[in-house]
Amino acid sequence: MIEEHFSEGNSVIHRIDPRIRIICAIVYSAIIAVIGNLSVAFIGLGAAIVFITLAQLDAMHLLRRLLVVNVFVLMFWLVLPFSFSGDTILSVGPLNMTQQGVLYTLMLTLKCNAIILINVGLLSTCGMFNVVHALNHLRVPNKLIHLLFFIFRFSHVMHYEYARLTDTLKIRGFRPRTSMHTYRTYGSIIGTLLIRAYERSEQIHRAMVCRGFKGKYWLLDHFVLRRSDVLAATIMAAGAVIIIILQWKTG
Amino acid sequence: MHISEGVVAAPVLVAGAAAAAAGCAVGLRKMDYQNTPKVAVLSSAFFVASLVHIPIGPTSAHLVLNGLVGILLGWITFPAVLVGLLLQAILFQFGGITTLGVNTVVMAVPAIVCYLLYSRIIRSRYAAGAAIGGFFAGATGILLAVILVALSLLSTGEQFTNVARLFLLAHVPVMVIEGIVTAFIILFLRKIKPELLGGDIR
Repeated sequence: MIEEHFSEGNSVIHRIDPRIRIICAIVYSAIIAVIGNLSVAFIGLGAAIVFITLAQLDAMHLLRRLLVVNVFVLMFWLVLPFSFSGDTILSVGPLNMTQQGVLYTLMLTLKCNAIILINVGLLSTCGMFNVVHALNHLRVPNKLIHLLFFIFRFSHVMHYEYARLTDTLKIRGFRPRTSMHTYRTYGSIIGTLLIRAYERSEQIHRAMVCRGFKGKYWLLDHFVLRRSDVLAATIMAAGAVIIIILQWKTG
Repeated sequence: MHISEGVVAAPVLVAGAAAAAAGCAVGLRKMDYQNTPKVAVLSSAFFVASLVHIPIGPTSAHLVLNGLVGILLGWITFPAVLVGLLLQAILFQFGGITTLGVNTVVMAVPAIVCYLLYSRIIRSRYAAGAAIGGFFAGATGILLAVILVALSLLSTGEQFTNVARLFLLAHVPVMVIEGIVTAFIILFLRKIKPELLGGDIR
């Protein structure tokens, strides 16, 4: 369940220095988030599609992710087109679907998908260990980075523990239903998971003390900024500037 | 529960990021290298628990447990939630970078309110007191989070009034289920590992 499908690959995007990918992901997400115009939103989505195409990711995985995201967007489509006053296109009982409402919802949909695609294309392609390493270079507080590293590392362990616990339920013929028994069982399962986590963390702490941990990770490989990275950064920066100018011109 | 990317207005995003940064600063000051492993491994357990789907009638809802997180981690909830959401953004594309601040506030502020309101009653000598405290911690965590989501939508624009109303309504059953499951978790922990509830980590 906790897998990194998108981090494997050898595309143009995968070869860019993770530090540059992270900065670009933040810049592009921020720009697209403040777009207030439908045509600029299309251009934002276009930029995102360029990145995702260059990253050459597995289409099935990508589509599945987008589907989940758009389930949330669907909720907006059920309500927002009817929440604007303006030129009515369609009347359903007391509800009026207006042109303004539809265009606004379309803009939100485009922005949301664009940011998610940027996220997948630039961030998810890095791999968590590279993200942690890169954030370290980008001056994120040390304690936060430790937390990120540990939580990522042990979410796999805890997921394995959880799978073991649910296996014992299956063996005993447990079927989740809407009943107090189900809720009590889940309560106990999660309680057990928390206790195992707590006990495990004590072992980890002792192991770290034994090895003389003083709050610093020693890295064996380092990022190297190559000429191609600088070129990629320049191209992406130029793209960002173009979107900002278009947004500014169209108001 | 989270706010999708590209929906709320820039001022809301900026305010959320600022509040999240302030909360994380407080939380990180309470966390040292001694308790980092405890905070981290428990957060991983919560991360996994939030992927659990629980049946409610014909549908199901996933657990949030932010009330319980607040009770166990206190102010450290802020950095723990931030990291959890960042992981979700990178690994599952639930939410993203621009909404990281707002979504952290949405989850962590209710957690801290629960910590301040209920951590005493949960340590009560009586099982009934602990169960009631647990129920309210679970329900309050969701209720306040839903209200914060609704407020961020409404401060983006009036057009979201109906969306916010629908969102609130849809979460009433989730609130009840969270309350019940949290109460059972609290009862379980106080029997088997009471020191977890005693504020050992925060």
